[in-house]
Amino acid sequence: MSTETTLNESFNDSHVLDPAATALSQEAISAEITDIHAAYRQSVVDGAKAATQPRIDFAPYRSSLLRHPTKNLHHVDPETIELHSPAFGERDVHALESDLTIQHNGEPIGERIVVQGRVLDGDGRPVAGQLVEIWQANAAGRYIHKRDQHPAPIDPNFTGVGRAITGPNGEYRFTTIKPAPYPWKNHHNAWRPAHIHFSLFGTDFTQRMITQMYFPGDPLFSLDPIYQAITDKEARDRLVATYDHSITSHEWATGYNWDIVLTGSNRTWMEDEEGDH
Amino acid sequence: MTATSNAVAANTAAPALKLTPTPGQTIGPFYGYALPFAKDNELVSQARPGSIRLHGVVTDGNGTVIPDALLEIWQADEAGNVVSKDGSLVRDGYTFTGWGRTAVDNVGHYTFTTLNPGATEEGKAPFIMLTVFARGLLNRLFTRIYLPEDTAALAADPLLASLPEDRRRTLIATREEDGGLRFDVSLQGENETVFLAYPRES
Repeated sequence: MSTETTLNESFNDSHVLDPAATALSQEAISAEITDIHAAYRQSVVDGAKAATQPRIDFAPYRSSLLRHPTKNLHHVDPETIELHSPAFGERDVHALESDLTIQHNGEPIGERIVVQGRVLDGDGRPVAGQLVEIWQANAAGRYIHKRDQHPAPIDPNFTGVGRAITGPNGEYRFTTIKPAPYPWKNHHNAWRPAHIHFSLFGTDFTQRMITQMYFPGDPLFSLDPIYQAITDKEARDRLVATYDHSITSHEWATGYNWDIVLTGSNRTWMEDEEGDH
Repeated sequence: MTATSNAVAANTAAPALKLTPTPGQTIGPFYGYALPFAKDNELVSQARPGSIRLHGVVTDGNGTVIPDALLEIWQADEAGNVVSKDGSLVRDGYTFTGWGRTAVDNVGHYTFTTLNPGATEEGKAPFIMLTVFARGLLNRLFTRIYLPEDTAALAADPLLASLPEDRRRTLIATREEDGGLRFDVSLQGENETVFLAYPRES
């Protein structure tokens, strides 16, 4: 049995579901998640540090089994190239690319939304002039992607891809369509909560990150092994946007706010360190 | 003795962060039309003198190639200068921006066309920074691709020196006959690549 076939999230072989994949029930996956979370909470009670990033060896997300490094990440002091980041500007990104609803001839179907927020670093400083990329499913839960064969309609007026460069205060703003949940083949009856993927750069390349923004109140949160791979509840909550009626506009779009915090810049610290010697 | 220990601790501990970083998440399988772009893996034209091919495969814990990873590199130019020029996403064919991105192909193979980076500081071993994203990988991974030639600098490199030989060699590319660099990435398994964490990650 090919593991790749079993764990594949693509849907092009959905008519021949692998019994090994469908045999895993949501209850079994949820029980695994519950056990891992309970053990995590106990470790915090016992004095362990909060785990604010996803656990990369999170077995309930079956695709991670053979893809997570087994050895600890090696701590290293960043060198010159790692302390800088590629430069992006108007040459790279047109201002209209942040509106995902105007890329085709007609209006996309679904709930028009505005998602805005700020990109900050771990020291609370705005990250200006950096690239933010997003991608997402459409209002029916379908991606425009050759591997996504989920039988939901493709919207000819929605590709689900946007880009922006952060402003002087780290601000970004996208106009898009609220994505829907969609099924995937991690286990039987697995559905992902609605989400928008975000790709971000900071001022150091060590701050590079990709994450997912979720919508408040999604009933699928507790069932989703990707979201639950962040074992710390407070950390998990950071991926959920806030509905903000002040962003919502009259007869046009509902509004969400989501701020993103990258890691700290190592560059300043290194310069300070050099100054100490 | 105590004073020395404290001094060492002070020099290695990064200042605490004021804000907790947002958690990362997997890139997932369907980034297809979002992240790839025209000439994304061509940091320079193949026709440019000095251009090289950097390539390899990405494998999982069974040694099986992964068809849905995405890689990015970031590097200095041939003289070791860190460039700060835009135009990575809309390449003009002339400007070297130091950054590239590529999705692996159906058999897990990636290729960049780039330049040999120079050392950014005298006596340092030159390397290319590599970031790995993939379905099944819950957060991005960082590593370094060292050039194999400057053996003295490699021997003196603090990161490489801190690793046992079998781990160390996972970070050093192989030079091919045509001048290209071969660098395979193993997410897991016998030749698991050394992946890096930086002081101020969380």
